[in-house]
Amino acid sequence: MIDRVFISRGFDNFDFRFIGLIFAILGIGVLSIYSVTHDQGVAFPFYAKQVVWILLGTVAFLVMWLSDYHRIARLAYPAYAIILILLAVVLLEGKSSRGAQRWIPMGSFAFQPSEFAKLVLILTLAHYYSQAPRVGWFQRVVLPGLLVLPGLLLILKQPDLGSGLSFLAIYAAMLLMVGMRSKAVGVILLFSLMLFPFAWEIMWGSLHDYQQQRIMTFVDPVYDTGGKGYHALQSRIAIGAGELTGKGLYGGTQSQLKFLPEGHTDFIFSVFAEEWGFLGVLVLLLLFVGLIWLSLEVVARARDQLGALLAVGILCMLCFCVVINIGMTAGMFPIVGIPLPLMSYGGSATIMTMASLGLLLNVKRRRLSFF
Amino acid sequence: MATVGLHDSELGELQRRLIILRVGLLLVVALLGLQLWNLQIREGPYYRDLSENNRTRSVIMEPARGLIYDRNGVLLANNVPSFTLYVSLEDVKDPNLLIDQLSSLLGLDAALVRKKLTARGSKQLPRKVKDRLTLREATLVESHRLDLPGVMVQVESQRNYPGGMTAAHLLGYVGEVSPEQLEKPDFADLHQGSVVGQYGVEKFFDRLMRGQAGQKSIEVDAVGHEKRTVVVEQPHAGDDLYLTIDVRLQKVAENLLGEELGAIVALDPRTGDVLAMASRPGFDPNILSRELTPKQWAEIVQDEGRPLNNRASQGQYPPGSVFKVMMAAAALETKTVTPSTSIFCNGGYQFGRRLYRDWKAGGHGWVDLRHALVQSCDVYFYTVGQRMGIETMASFAHQFGLGEETEIELPSERVGIVPSEAWKQKAKNQAWLPGETISASIGQGYVSVTPLQMASLIGTVANDGVMFRPRLVKAVMNRATGELQQRSAVPKRTLKLRPGILPVIKEALAGVVKEGTGTRAQSALVTIAGKTGTAQITALRTGPEKDIPKKFRDHAWFVAFAPVEAPTIAVAVLGEHLGHGGSASAPLAKELIETYVKLNLHTPSAVKDGAIARVRDAGGQGTR
Repeated sequence: MIDRVFISRGFDNFDFRFIGLIFAILGIGVLSIYSVTHDQGVAFPFYAKQVVWILLGTVAFLVMWLSDYHRIARLAYPAYAIILILLAVVLLEGKSSRGAQRWIPMGSFAFQPSEFAKLVLILTLAHYYSQAPRVGWFQRVVLPGLLVLPGLLLILKQPDLGSGLSFLAIYAAMLLMVGMRSKAVGVILLFSLMLFPFAWEIMWGSLHDYQQQRIMTFVDPVYDTGGKGYHALQSRIAIGAGELTGKGLYGGTQSQLKFLPEGHTDFIFSVFAEEWGFLGVLVLLLLFVGLIWLSLEVVARARDQLGALLAVGILCMLCFCVVINIGMTAGMFPIVGIPLPLMSYGGSATIMTMASLGLLLNVKRRRLSFF
Repeated sequence: MATVGLHDSELGELQRRLIILRVGLLLVVALLGLQLWNLQIREGPYYRDLSENNRTRSVIMEPARGLIYDRNGVLLANNVPSFTLYVSLEDVKDPNLLIDQLSSLLGLDAALVRKKLTARGSKQLPRKVKDRLTLREATLVESHRLDLPGVMVQVESQRNYPGGMTAAHLLGYVGEVSPEQLEKPDFADLHQGSVVGQYGVEKFFDRLMRGQAGQKSIEVDAVGHEKRTVVVEQPHAGDDLYLTIDVRLQKVAENLLGEELGAIVALDPRTGDVLAMASRPGFDPNILSRELTPKQWAEIVQDEGRPLNNRASQGQYPPGSVFKVMMAAAALETKTVTPSTSIFCNGGYQFGRRLYRDWKAGGHGWVDLRHALVQSCDVYFYTVGQRMGIETMASFAHQFGLGEETEIELPSERVGIVPSEAWKQKAKNQAWLPGETISASIGQGYVSVTPLQMASLIGTVANDGVMFRPRLVKAVMNRATGELQQRSAVPKRTLKLRPGILPVIKEALAGVVKEGTGTRAQSALVTIAGKTGTAQITALRTGPEKDIPKKFRDHAWFVAFAPVEAPTIAVAVLGEHLGHGGSASAPLAKELIETYVKLNLHTPSAVKDGAIARVRDAGGQGTR
C-alpha cells in the first residue's frame, strides 16, 4: 500500500525534507537580512532579532505540529473573535508607521495582529466547512463571506492592502477547493463583472493616497524615478543588476547603499536576487516550489476534510504571498505590502508562517495516527 | 471517525481538484521565472548600468595650477587651500528648497545660486556654487549636511598672489571659465567651474599652467553621502613659470609712479627680457580671482583710472619728442641730412599759412643733428620730416617696431598708430594733408605708441640695432618631465641702417642726459643716455602748466638706456599728464636704472640661475 511509505512514528523522510526546505529558506532569509543590515551598528541588529523570531517560530511550529489539529480547529471561532478585537484595538491605539496603523506595541517590539488573522481565518473557514455539509450557495458562499467581511474591513481600515488581499485570496481559494457548481461560478463571475465599476469606485475611493500612487505608478514606474515609482524601479534595478551570477554577498549596491528601501522586509527578494543573480533565484524558486509541492502532497493525502481544508488554506496563503511578493519586486504587480514568507524580516509574520507550516505538517501526522 | 466519513465524497472531490492548484502553481512559477529571466539575463546589463549610475558620482579633482616665480625664484603666484561649495544635481530632490536653504544659511544671493544650478551642462558633474567659504560657513554647511542632500564642501586650491598688487597687470588673474569660453576648442577639456587665467600671463600661458583635471568616482548612498572612493584618476599639476622680471625692480618701478597714472617698462636690450613692467593704477589680483558680485565688478570697470588697463602694453600715447630718435636714424639713413648738416631754428616753422612753433620760444639758432636731439629742437625735425615725407617716416617707424605688435606674451596688446597716406585713407577715408607730415615728425598728430614699444625702440638703439622680442617667461618647469626648460631670447630683426648711424645717435642721447633736456636723469652711479618727450594732448597752450587742469596737461615721456658704453637696461617711462618729460619722467628713469645697477652688483647672474634650482629643490609643492 502506498500508505506504508508514510507509516512511521516521529521523523520520517517526508518530514525531514519538509523541515529541511523550511530551514533552508529561513537561512537564506537571515543571510540576506544580514547582508543588508550587518553594518547597522546597533547592539541587537535585525539579523539577530530574526534569529530570535525563528526560534520562537520553531516553538510555534512544534506546538502546531504536535497537537491534535481537530482540537486546534475547535478554538477557531473564539480565536477569530479575539483577532477581531485585536484588529479593532490596533485601529484605536496601535502604533502607526508610514501612514498605516498595524502594530500593537509590546515592550520594545510590536505585534501585528493582521498576520495572525490570516491563520485564524484559515482555521475558521476550515472549521466552518468541515463541521457540517454546507449545501446551497448561501451556505457555501454567502455565510463564510459574512465571516470574512468584518476582519477584511478592519484590516483594510488600517490600511493594510497586502493582508486584505491575502484575506480575500484565502477565502477565494478555499471556496474554490470546497467546490462550486460551474453555474454558480458563472453567476458569481457575471455578478462581479457587473458590480466591478461600483466596487472599483468604492475601493479606489477608500484607498489612501500612497496606495493609489503605488498602483498608478505600477503602470509606468520609470516616469518619475525620484518620486512615486521609486520603489518599483529601484527594486527592478536591483534584481536586474544581479544578472546571471549576482554581485556576491554584501555586493548588492542597491540595498547596501539604501537605494532600495525596505531591503530587509518586503524587498528582501530583490536583495537576494541582486547578490546571487539568476542562478540564486532559480535555487530559491525551486526551494519554494518544493515546499509547496510537499504541501500539495499533504493535501492529497489528507484523511478528513478539515485537514485537507486547513492544508489547502495554508498552502494557498503561502503560494499567494510568495507569488505576489516576488511578482511585485519584479515589477509584475503593483507594490502592496506583502512580506516574502520565511524570508522577510518580521516577528509576527515569521512566527505565523512557521505556525501555519507546523499545522500543515500536523495534517499529515494526524492522518497517520489513525493506524 | 464520524467527521471523516461524513464528507468522504467531498474530500475526494477536493483532492481531485488539486490538479488545478498544481497546474496553476507551475504556470505561475514559470511566469515568475520568465520575468526574472527577462530582468536578469536579457535586460541585466541595462539594469547593471542603472545601478552603477545610482551609486557612483563623479567628482572633479581640480589640478594644482602652475606657480609663478620671478627671475630670481621669488614666488609671485601660488595656490592656497580653500573651501568650495558644490551641489550634485542628481541628489537634489527639491531645487527651490535647496536654494532657499543655502541663501538663508550662507546669505547667498538666491538668484545667483539659481543661475548656477540651472546653467547648461552635464547633470552628472557637480555644480560649483560658492568658493572661498570661510571656516565658519564650511562648518555650518557640514553640520546641516543631513538637511542638504547633494551639497558638498570640497577643499580646493585657490589662487593666491602673495605680492598683492605687485605686477598685477603682468601676472593677471584667474576666474571661472565663462560659458562663451567653454564653447571654444581651447577650453574643450574644461567644465563649468574650472578656473582659467583671464588676464595677463595667467591668461596667455593658461594652457601650460592649467594642468589637467582628475576625476574621483565616489560611491554614494541613497541620500548622496559619500561612502568610499571607487576610482581615482589623478589630476596633473600645471607647469610653473619663471618670469624675466625682477620683483624688486618691479616694486621700485611701481612705487616710482606712486599714485600717478602711467607706465614704466624696463627691458634687457641684449635679450628682450622684461625686467619690470609697471602700470598705474593697479588692482589686486587676489580680489579679481575671487567671485565678484556684479556691483564689485561694475566698480572696477567704471573706475575712471581704468585700473584693468595695462598701460604698458595697451596704453597708446603720442610719443612726442621720443619719436625724434627714430627720425634721426631715418634722416641719416636716407641721407636727408648728415651729422654735420645744420638747420636754422628761429622758434617756428612756416608751412603754408600756418606757423609750427618750436617748444623754445625764440628758437635754438643753428642746430646740427646732435644739437637737435640734445635740445630736442622741433624745427630741425619739422624740416627733416618735411624733406623725407610721411611714407619714408612710416616705413622707418615700422622698422623700429612702431605700429606693430612687440609680440610680448600678454593678451590684447595694442599697436598704436603709424600714420601714412594709406592709413588715413583707410581709417578716416580722407586724403593726407601735407601739414600732418610736420606734426608727425615730432611724434604728434596721429602718431601713437605704447610704452612697451618705446622701451623696445630705445633698447634696439642701445643694442646696436638688434631688436629682440620682449620676453616675459625665462623658463618653464615642466611638471610632467620634471625638467626646467629655459626659453631662449628671440631676435626679431636687425635695423637696416648703415654702420655708424646708431653710434652717432647713441652719443647724442648720452648728450641729452649730460647737457640737454634730460639732465635730471644724470646719475653718479652709471652713465645714462636718454630722450625726453612731452606729448601734447591738446593744441591749447595758454599760460603756465600749473594753471591747466590736470586732464589737459601733457604726458611726460622719458626713454633711456644704461650704461652708455655697454647697455644692460633700457627703460621707458610714461607719466600721464605729468607735464615735461625732462622734469617729471627723467628722474624716475634714473632712479630705476640706479636700482637695477645696485641690485646687479650684489646678484651676479650666475647666482640667479642657481636660485631657480634651489626653489625647485626646496619643493614648491608645499605651497601649491
